Amino acid sequence: MKSLSEIETTSKRASKAAGYSWGIAEEVGIGVRTLELFGLEGIKNLNEYFKSRVHNKFENLDLINKNNQSYKFPYCPIIFGISFLDQVKTLEKFDKIRLSNIAYPLLVLPFLSRSSEIIGKKIHYKFDNHEFLLNFNVKVFSKIFNDKCPIIAKNVEIIFLENKDNFSEEDWKSLYKLSEETFVEESDSLKKSAAGAGLTDND
Amino acid sequence: MKVKLRDPNIIMKLSRLGSFHQSKLSFLRSFLEEFKDWEYKKDLFDLDENGFGIAIYSFKKKDRVYSLICFANKINNDERSDRVIATKWDAAFTLYDGVPSKLDIERLKNEVPKQEVGRLSYKELTLSRANKSLRVFDHVVENLSSGKQPDLNILDKVGYLYRTTAVYGSGKFGLADRFRIKNREEINGPFRLEMMLVYLVRQFTFDQVNHVAKSKNPKIAVKLDNVICKNLGIGNSTGLGMAPFIVNHPTLLNNWILSREIALKKIREIKKVENSKVDLFKKSLRNSIKNITSWNTESKYQLKKINSLLTDVKKTIDFLEKKFSFDTEYPFNTIYLWLEKETCDECIEYIVSIMMEPFDEIVKPLVNQMSSEEEKYFNIPTNRTIEDLRNIIEKRYPNILKINFNKKENIKNFWFISKNKEEPRYSNRFEDKGYELEQPLAIARDIKKLYEELIISKNSLTIDKFLSKNSNLRHVVRRAFIIEKFPYAEIQDNTIAENVVPIDMLRLKLSFFGALKFDPRSDKWLRICMFQGAPLPEELRNYDQQWVYNF
Repeated sequence: MKSLSEIETTSKRASKAAGYSWGIAEEVGIGVRTLELFGLEGIKNLNEYFKSRVHNKFENLDLINKNNQSYKFPYCPIIFGISFLDQVKTLEKFDKIRLSNIAYPLLVLPFLSRSSEIIGKKIHYKFDNHEFLLNFNVKVFSKIFNDKCPIIAKNVEIIFLENKDNFSEEDWKSLYKLSEETFVEESDSLKKSAAGAGLTDND
Repeated sequence: MKVKLRDPNIIMKLSRLGSFHQSKLSFLRSFLEEFKDWEYKKDLFDLDENGFGIAIYSFKKKDRVYSLICFANKINNDERSDRVIATKWDAAFTLYDGVPSKLDIERLKNEVPKQEVGRLSYKELTLSRANKSLRVFDHVVENLSSGKQPDLNILDKVGYLYRTTAVYGSGKFGLADRFRIKNREEINGPFRLEMMLVYLVRQFTFDQVNHVAKSKNPKIAVKLDNVICKNLGIGNSTGLGMAPFIVNHPTLLNNWILSREIALKKIREIKKVENSKVDLFKKSLRNSIKNITSWNTESKYQLKKINSLLTDVKKTIDFLEKKFSFDTEYPFNTIYLWLEKETCDECIEYIVSIMMEPFDEIVKPLVNQMSSEEEKYFNIPTNRTIEDLRNIIEKRYPNILKINFNKKENIKNFWFISKNKEEPRYSNRFEDKGYELEQPLAIARDIKKLYEELIISKNSLTIDKFLSKNSNLRHVVRRAFIIEKFPYAEIQDNTIAENVVPIDMLRLKLSFFGALKFDPRSDKWLRICMFQGAPLPEELRNYDQQWVYNF
């Protein structure tokens, strides 16, 4: 079994060898490490993408908009991921980003995961039939565990989820009521003696 | 009185960093302190009459066990080499997380001796190999088997029976990643498991030499005297592999140096020092003279430094005894200011280390602050502006910005990774092949390049926009934002210049390990000694804290 340290170092060096700058290669190393840590096929996708770069062209999306349509070639997932990471504080105002035709969409995921941590919002990442919930770079929820990830994603949506409860007020109240059963009803004497502060604000 | 932390632009110069010495903050000393009350055991010692076979040693506390597995092998004399290109060693070691099963031992028997070309698993924490100092080992066997103790003059010249030639950890060759163990309380300090491995290897070398001597002459042989054992350490040959580490881990480097600087600052701020602490400082300083006079090297570079050190340490002792009173307020501040004025860098840093000896209450809390969660600082704050970044660089790199990188002598060398061993190397850009595959370790040059780009960019431009056009500078943009928060994270020198001495970088790291007696064999590799004078495992529960000056 390869260690995560080996995975990161090899991915970084391979990315440099594939033509990216050292700074970008460092980002890819961390990204593939994250994918493998989450149990996703980082090494496999990166390897296949670099092989396909030898014979195919990809488009760099440096400045991301609300809707992004590639012209001739699929978008490079690495440059898109890094642009997204760098621009995320501007992009979150769009609520939803759409793009079409991106290669190896799994490779974008670690950049979105880190972006989720930076802005403090969960991110919903959808392409074709696959969905991921990215949770502040702590967890990734997905059903893709045993599925093969597509080489090209035709339609991609990235949705910034507002910070709100994912339960009803009714559920909360019910649970809170139960939790109150751990509290002690304060008598007059307890009110006087059990708290640390004085009885008036002027003492 | 408030004393300022020392200026990083002075302390982080390579010549100064290359004058650092071990101290109470050093990792091998903090390792001993952490593991002193662990149960030590020799679990297995299955060597043949020539000392070849398997041995296992362990440290145990409650449910936690760390086991050193040693594989001692026969090699021919012409196969023995300290260089990283070697493929066979007298002994190979791994530190196993727990108690190894028979199956584990069988698996490791095939992998550990192969070192870099073997495969380890997440159950193994560190990996190492070592070669005998043949002259010393054979001499000790000869004498012990004849019923005599060895000639101390011969032992003193070398200081060890074996020297390691590499110690690996943190996920190399399949070893456990640091994340698996980083929350363990006993590992709350850098390189603690590497130190454990080296310490237990030292004990193996004593047990092996005793075993071989006894096998040779069972009736007459005697054991190596414990006092002699204690005065022997473990040697280490270290090459350039260590140098990139301190460039690639800026926040970690900062935390090491910052701990040292905080310790010094706090000691200088003590108004009145207790007599017992004064005595301990003076005693350690006096005793340490032996460490300097027994420091053997043939390196002219190091000999010059040792001579200056000896002269200046004697001068300091003389000053303290004849012209200084510890009754004055803030005595260590006065001493420090005197050192700055009157002594060489090597002596200043030597005495700064010794100043820490009496102050456990200052040093111990700092030991726990010497690790780093590096990933926390990886993200670039891309919403900040060019003006912010330019200000950071002007503040943190004033000397670097003065360097003219158009001059050949300032870009003479380059760092690369060798294909054969995947190890860092350093070479002449204008004479050797491969500079197009240069590693991103020429930080000074790249920071200057970034600065030149920033001064022609609009002040209000945000970093995300700048990066979309300058991805080749991304690694130094990240770095500058890290350095903003960590003043001691950067070497304030040009590491590719003609006049750079790479071993200064090794010396810095090794001083934090706790190494003694730096012996440069060229400008690119050196030999050192670790744990010389350290307590033996059976003595750990109650040992002399100043052992490093008292052997």
